[in-house]
Amino acid sequence: MQGGNITMAQAQSEIRYLTPLSVDTKKKKYCRFKRSGIKYIDYKDPDFLKKFLNEQGKILPRRITGTSLKFQRRVARAIKRARHLALLPYVTDLMK
Amino acid sequence: MYNYETVFILTPVLSEPQMKEAVEKFKTVLTDNGATIENEELWGMHKLAYPIQKKSTGFYAFLEFAGEPTIVSKLETAYRRDEKVIRFLTFRQDKYAHEYALKRRSLKKAPKAEEAAPAETVETAPQAEVNEVTNE
Repeated sequence: MQGGNITMAQAQSEIRYLTPLSVDTKKKKYCRFKRSGIKYIDYKDPDFLKKFLNEQGKILPRRITGTSLKFQRRVARAIKRARHLALLPYVTDLMK
Repeated sequence: MYNYETVFILTPVLSEPQMKEAVEKFKTVLTDNGATIENEELWGMHKLAYPIQKKSTGFYAFLEFAGEPTIVSKLETAYRRDEKVIRFLTFRQDKYAHEYALKRRSLKKAPKAEEAAPAETVETAPQAEVNEVTNE
């Protein structure tokens, strides 16, 4: 039993990768509205707003999209207006 | 005077002239109360993202107007009294929304002057153009 565990551990330590793992090369998130100078987010464009929704039609958090607080509020408002006008669903499955 | 925009959805059971008549009715409600209509767009029949009053499609109409704040409640009362309207949204444009609206209107006008395209393409095409310009 014990012998078996030791060989397992040894086998795991011997794993070699052909290309070195990139651990610390995470891309910095940025606010796309600030970068491209968009001031107003239009509720009339559901296809664009879908970038900020998950599969169930929920608004994605800032920590995922990288949007700044100011524009997150505007995105949320645009999405809520679009939902009210049935341009976007309130709840759904497999939106994309 | 502030700038407002309003969108309303009419039931799909109406015929084409009835739709036009309903849109005209709300336009007269606005003009009678001292507002000036800046822009009018009929987006036409669209599929709704979820059913409203057991209907899965609706006729979208969009108006932009300038007027006093009291006009909004009058307009919304008119919407509520009219059973042809299944959904509406009215809000005041902040300065960014107004800039965007002006840009959108000028983009809409440009292709209209060049080619006398059928109404439907004129309604949908400029919207896509605006998005390309601003949302990339």
